[in-house]
Amino acid sequence: MLHGNMAGTRSAFYIRIVRPEDLLCPGPSGLHSPLGDFHIDPTRPVPRALITHGHSDHARPGHASVLATAETIAVMETRMGDAFSGTRQAAALGETITINGVRVTFRPAGHVLGSAQIVVEANGLRMVASGDYKRQSDPTCAGFELVPCDVFITEATFGLPVFHHPEATGEIRRLIASTGQFPERTHFVGAYSLGKAQRVIRLLRDAGYDRPVYIHGALESLCRLYEARGVALGDIRPATDDSLSRDAFAGAIVVAPPGAFEGRWARRFAEPLVGFASGWMSIRQRAKQGGVELPLVISDHGDWDELTATIRETGAGEVWVTHGREEALVRWCQLNGIAARPLHIVGYDDEEAEAT
Amino acid sequence: MKRFAELLDRLVLTPQRNAKLRLMRDYLADTPDPDRGYALAALTGDLVVNSVKPGTLRALIGERLDEVLFYYSYDYVGDLAETIALAWPEPGTADVAPPLAAPLPRPAGAGKSRGYPKDRERARLKDVATTLSLPFDDLPEMPSHRRSTKSPPRPAEETEGEGARAREGRRTASSSEEETGPPASAPPTYPRPPKENDAAHSPDPSDPFGWALASENTATPSHAHGWRQTPGIGHNAPPLTLSDVVETLQRTSKLEAPRVLAGWLDQLDSTGRWGLVKLVGGALRVGVSARLAKQALADLGGKEVNEIEEVWHGVTPPYRPLFAWIEGRAERPESRIRAPFRPVMLSHAIADGEVAAITPEAYAAEWKWDGIRVQAVVEGLAKRLYSRTGEDISSGFPDLVHSLDFQGAIDGELLVGGHTMEGFRLGSFGDLQQRLNRKVVTEDVARRFPAFIRAYDVLVAGGEDLRRLPFRERRARLERLVAGSRSQRLDLSPLVPFADADDLARLRAEPPAAVVEGLMLKRWDSVYEPGRPKGPWFKWKRDPHVVDAVLMYAQRGHGKRSSYYSDYTFGVWTDGETGPELVPVGKAYFGFTDEELTEIDRFVRNNTVARFGPVREVVHQPDAGLVFEVAFEGLNRSTRHRSGVAMRFPRIARLRWDKPPAEADRLETLEALLRG
Repeated sequence: MLHGNMAGTRSAFYIRIVRPEDLLCPGPSGLHSPLGDFHIDPTRPVPRALITHGHSDHARPGHASVLATAETIAVMETRMGDAFSGTRQAAALGETITINGVRVTFRPAGHVLGSAQIVVEANGLRMVASGDYKRQSDPTCAGFELVPCDVFITEATFGLPVFHHPEATGEIRRLIASTGQFPERTHFVGAYSLGKAQRVIRLLRDAGYDRPVYIHGALESLCRLYEARGVALGDIRPATDDSLSRDAFAGAIVVAPPGAFEGRWARRFAEPLVGFASGWMSIRQRAKQGGVELPLVISDHGDWDELTATIRETGAGEVWVTHGREEALVRWCQLNGIAARPLHIVGYDDEEAEAT
Repeated sequence: MKRFAELLDRLVLTPQRNAKLRLMRDYLADTPDPDRGYALAALTGDLVVNSVKPGTLRALIGERLDEVLFYYSYDYVGDLAETIALAWPEPGTADVAPPLAAPLPRPAGAGKSRGYPKDRERARLKDVATTLSLPFDDLPEMPSHRRSTKSPPRPAEETEGEGARAREGRRTASSSEEETGPPASAPPTYPRPPKENDAAHSPDPSDPFGWALASENTATPSHAHGWRQTPGIGHNAPPLTLSDVVETLQRTSKLEAPRVLAGWLDQLDSTGRWGLVKLVGGALRVGVSARLAKQALADLGGKEVNEIEEVWHGVTPPYRPLFAWIEGRAERPESRIRAPFRPVMLSHAIADGEVAAITPEAYAAEWKWDGIRVQAVVEGLAKRLYSRTGEDISSGFPDLVHSLDFQGAIDGELLVGGHTMEGFRLGSFGDLQQRLNRKVVTEDVARRFPAFIRAYDVLVAGGEDLRRLPFRERRARLERLVAGSRSQRLDLSPLVPFADADDLARLRAEPPAAVVEGLMLKRWDSVYEPGRPKGPWFKWKRDPHVVDAVLMYAQRGHGKRSSYYSDYTFGVWTDGETGPELVPVGKAYFGFTDEELTEIDRFVRNNTVARFGPVREVVHQPDAGLVFEVAFEGLNRSTRHRSGVAMRFPRIARLRWDKPPAEADRLETLEALLRG
């Protein structure tokens, strides 16, 4: 391959050929663009950060300037306060912004509210940093949009053939059925505070569940944000209302961050039945060890089939794997004749990865 | 099939007995015949289908999934059957990597090794595995395999960095096995059934995962490049039912079974596949005893579980007449088999105030033997041995059953013992354990641990039902029956003469043998009444053993206790290489009050030194830690616990906040008990 930097050559046929590593390359702070002089989801404070979505391992405070979707900026403000960065700019989905000659476009990733893939192009080379994504439909965020590209940068949180995420609607039906079968027990649902919790509540509503859903205090502000952005969550109430007796929670659904159920917080409820909404829940031993009785396999990440199908469909000749079970996905790419390499980016401990 | 798989899925993760009963009862109520009948048979262990070995399953998936990807998956999931069920390609996903013989890429994380733990660390991991009731014994194999071979490259030889994850997988591995252990209320005696994962541990160090074997079975499929068919896609085939599976398997040859199985796995979703793999893998291991499944059936029809037991051996899957009776649509099915089980009579524990009323005129006394209660029935040529819940355990005791030469049904204790040069030697409960939970027994084990029945009641003799007769008359009939038998495997539990209650108390305090756990007191006029009637029979157990032990690990409980650290592993002192150290001797999760639970929970949270998933290691130093007074019924030798002993029925008798851990008991104290 020709080297990209041909400055100094005076030629009428000057074509600047860009290598992928010039456009984006993994560095100590995460993905960096040498040409555009910006970072994507940097793990340390940088002058210019492009953020794919609001989960805390991707969206960190302290950058001088932030470019992200309006929803992601709102999420960052909600979680980190107004001073999370020096300046910030909202990127409209589908609109191209040029940074130091590099064309940057945000496209929906289907992960959580505001999540986007970041398409980076220069001189005919197109790379897609997909952040975290899923292909399954989700009523709380815009659906994944496929962008054909030369290099596809993917996560691999569930990058093993053992992960198959069933339709989330079926999992929600099991939850509702359990409240009927065990009407005396409080049904806890462990769900991460950004995205999963709201999706579970919205799916309950879509399934016709119209009783109040009780939520942990840690979910409140993000639920409000989702509602303000047009995701109606119905009758949600604080689970910590001291005027309610234990019996009031019999048969009720309480949504909280997973750790809450291990703590003393959980003692206010009648005979808790612990559920957990996560892609990890398809591994039964994992559910069992975490004391989970009702595993709900609901994930905001692509399962194995989604990951591999997406790689195929992008037509990418090269795949970079940021985090998760890189080795298996890299192996799959090799078997299918696609060049692939793990990036070993340190610091992307996906929220879900902290499971159980 | 899907509904049955979902039931198994819920049962596996539901610890509470009542919740399990409700799940099963609802399933039986909502599922049509014959599916529910087959499901019930699967749960009680009465379903006979061609089982499929893990190796066969692995060969099947080898045709569909790249072996390196399979290895990564197995490494992560830990359990072979679950890995296969989960990693099986989903219907409609056509892009499956072919089984290429490419070298294994160096996995990510290699070189970031945490290293294999030193002995001390290993000991700690073993304790945690034991606390979680996970088998650990297979772990030590890992490092030596990893080091021992240089070539050819194989998955299991990955670098030590992978070791940590492999162990993680291993620990999660096969914890389905714990399901075969005793139910929550039973003493944690940790019987070890044959392990389904054993096949995965080839003795060949260069092939620790049996890959060579697997690829041999697989051969290289001739269709290696156009492999997978996806039947069912684009067809409107009706969903696979449990009956389809069972009935097809019953008429399929062992040779054909794998192909049939593969066709089903192609149709099912991941829960369905998991259920199917469990069904064909032999024991279900979902934490449900046969008794509990029958209780669910009884609940469905508002019957007593004893009524189910009584007809159980006369019915066969899918039990249509049984369900018809349960639902009030038909008469009770007649027991057609010879030598049926008859529900047993149970006793109450005697209260302190009741002892004084025991007189030799009203009550007979017997030793309470520490074996297992059995019923031996001989009718014509049919000879059967039942557990007290009606399980037919004949096949585990062919030596004993063969020797039975009376006609009738007797009630007695199964013990181990036999004549030696020094006379008759009675085995311990630990000896008896060698014979329990075995479907078949080897000649060697049968010879080393001869089983016999010490009879104490007779229900039927010579075709005559004696249950309405008073105990005094039954006893006379029993003595005649035993005297008339030439079996070397049958003797009589002697009556224990006594003058008054004080006399009884003295006898109870000084039993004549280690396998006596107290006294049985039976009214001379008591009829043989199934169930647990109050009054006619009492048991007066000897005082439990107590020991002061130090809390080492605590595990979060379930349900009501899911926010409490309520399961405690405790240890006693022994001499380690670097001085005194604690070794775990048991685990208990009751005996304390709610207030005490709150106190212990607080102590655990404030004194945690390490966390392993739901388990916390709690400070246990000579001068810092919490001492429990632990009461227990007896000791067994154990290979699970590092200490080599395991307690039966341990419970926390008192919290000894006042006692420094250094003053807790030593292992020698327990070992002395073991020697009797």
